[in-house]
Amino acid sequence: MKQLVAVLTVLLAIVVIWYAACIPMNIKGVLTEQERAGAEVVPPSAKDRRDMGEIGLALRNSFAIPATWAQDRPRLPAPHQVAIELWETTVQKKITSKRSLVYHGWVTLSATILGFAIGTGLGILLAVGIVHSRVMDLSVMPWAIVSQTIPIIALAPMIIVVLYSIGIQGIIPKAVISAYLSFFPVVVGMVKGLRSPDAMQLDLLRTYNASNSQVFWKLRLPASMPYLFASLKIGIAASLVGAIVGELPTGAVAGLGARLLAGSYYGQTVQIWSALFAAAILAACLVGLLGLIERAVLKRMGMAQR
Amino acid sequence: MGSVIEAKNLDLTFQTNDGPVHALKDVNLAIDKGEFVSFIGPSGCGKTTFLRCVAALETPTGGTLTVNGMTPDEARRNRAYGYVFQAAGLYPWRTIAKNIKLPLEIMGYSAQEQEERVKNVLELVDLAGFGEKFPWQLSGGMQQRASIARALAFDADILLMDEPFGALDEIVRDHLNEQLLALWARTGKTIGFVTHSIPEAVYLSTKIVVMSPRPGRITDVIDSPLPKERPLDIRDTPEFIEVAHRVREGLRAGHEDDV
Repeated sequence: MKQLVAVLTVLLAIVVIWYAACIPMNIKGVLTEQERAGAEVVPPSAKDRRDMGEIGLALRNSFAIPATWAQDRPRLPAPHQVAIELWETTVQKKITSKRSLVYHGWVTLSATILGFAIGTGLGILLAVGIVHSRVMDLSVMPWAIVSQTIPIIALAPMIIVVLYSIGIQGIIPKAVISAYLSFFPVVVGMVKGLRSPDAMQLDLLRTYNASNSQVFWKLRLPASMPYLFASLKIGIAASLVGAIVGELPTGAVAGLGARLLAGSYYGQTVQIWSALFAAAILAACLVGLLGLIERAVLKRMGMAQR
Repeated sequence: MGSVIEAKNLDLTFQTNDGPVHALKDVNLAIDKGEFVSFIGPSGCGKTTFLRCVAALETPTGGTLTVNGMTPDEARRNRAYGYVFQAAGLYPWRTIAKNIKLPLEIMGYSAQEQEERVKNVLELVDLAGFGEKFPWQLSGGMQQRASIARALAFDADILLMDEPFGALDEIVRDHLNEQLLALWARTGKTIGFVTHSIPEAVYLSTKIVVMSPRPGRITDVIDSPLPKERPLDIRDTPEFIEVAHRVREGLRAGHEDDV
């Protein structure tokens, strides 16, 4: 109960700050609209208003404040506007419609999942190699780290252009970018996890004359599971970011990234914000789903009680 | 009858960043079949190192060491011994029964044989009925017993134990010592046992090897005059106290050049 109150308090504070922020952000646009509609605005000249502070303007024209929460194309849309847009573009639109966020979300989600699968598979393979081979440890790990220092926004267009030039387009380039972002946490987590058994555990298996593959399947892999899930949660969120970024430079017509881009082209801030929220909600659901799988797996393994 | 474990002029020097460390120097020892041999001495005397050499977890730099007439590494590959570490080291994701099956799976026993052996060794260490529990559901003493069961599950004649009860409290330790003797009597295994505790060494062993550090070497080998049947209160008899005294003297002698 106490926790619920705390959570709701934070949520309420965010909403209040958001509504308050809408006033100075939108007041100038609102006053211009009101003036055109024939309302008495102080000061009456748009030229004078341009140099005035937003908060001062809002105080002098307090009648216009409600309008800052109801503009068609506000600089900053109010929470309820975003919520209504989200509702209309998910529940009330057919999912086949080009305006349905479910449709766009699915386009992005499919690339995310494909990229996440590639990234996770690649990450685990690299980690297995790194743990078993000193050469790979020395040669691959630095490149994996360097790869993450390049801003993905700079790299994404190049990946798309290169892949397009060899005839690959559609979902694959997006998945590649998303895999590029998600393999790294998996590599780091799995290397740590596969190395987590201590010297005593390894000595024990040595006294049994166990083979390397037995050490891997019976000790290293099970011991790495908690690390793997921690990495997967970071990885799937990174995958979603990758898929969205992959939609930006192509002028893609579908996907949450495409919605963001189209919204910014046409000044549809409400559309941008609702696409952002859709992405955030999607990411939260994916991480939550992984959390459930983690609990089930670790419980089944008998490791949940620790 | 030949010795099960035989060391002649055994040397082991570790190369460390601070220069060479002489972990074992000129160690000569013969252990016969069915003996219970304790290794006692202060930290750094090489008692654990010697046990690890026997288990082929360390490689000596000089001298010879044979286990069942083979090199230690051949013996390891023949699965000649079970090793019990200071920590139980049970896999948290396996039940007790599954933990005991671990060496059996690796060594390729049939599923039916695995079941039978698990049942037998669980009874042997007094853990019947705990097979389906996970390690965290058991006390420290029970976990260590499970790890002993794991080392007994396959047919190794030699049991190597590296301070297996070091992390347990006195009362649990007494109880486990008693059980270990009973188990030794029933199985007839050759046991190498590393310990810090003089009473533990004297109570358990037929032979006590006293070691001292820098360089790690044997200062005394005591063949215990105590009978094979040993109730816990044997520790109050004059014979026991005499052996304990000799062990203490041996430990002190090894320290003289230190002071």
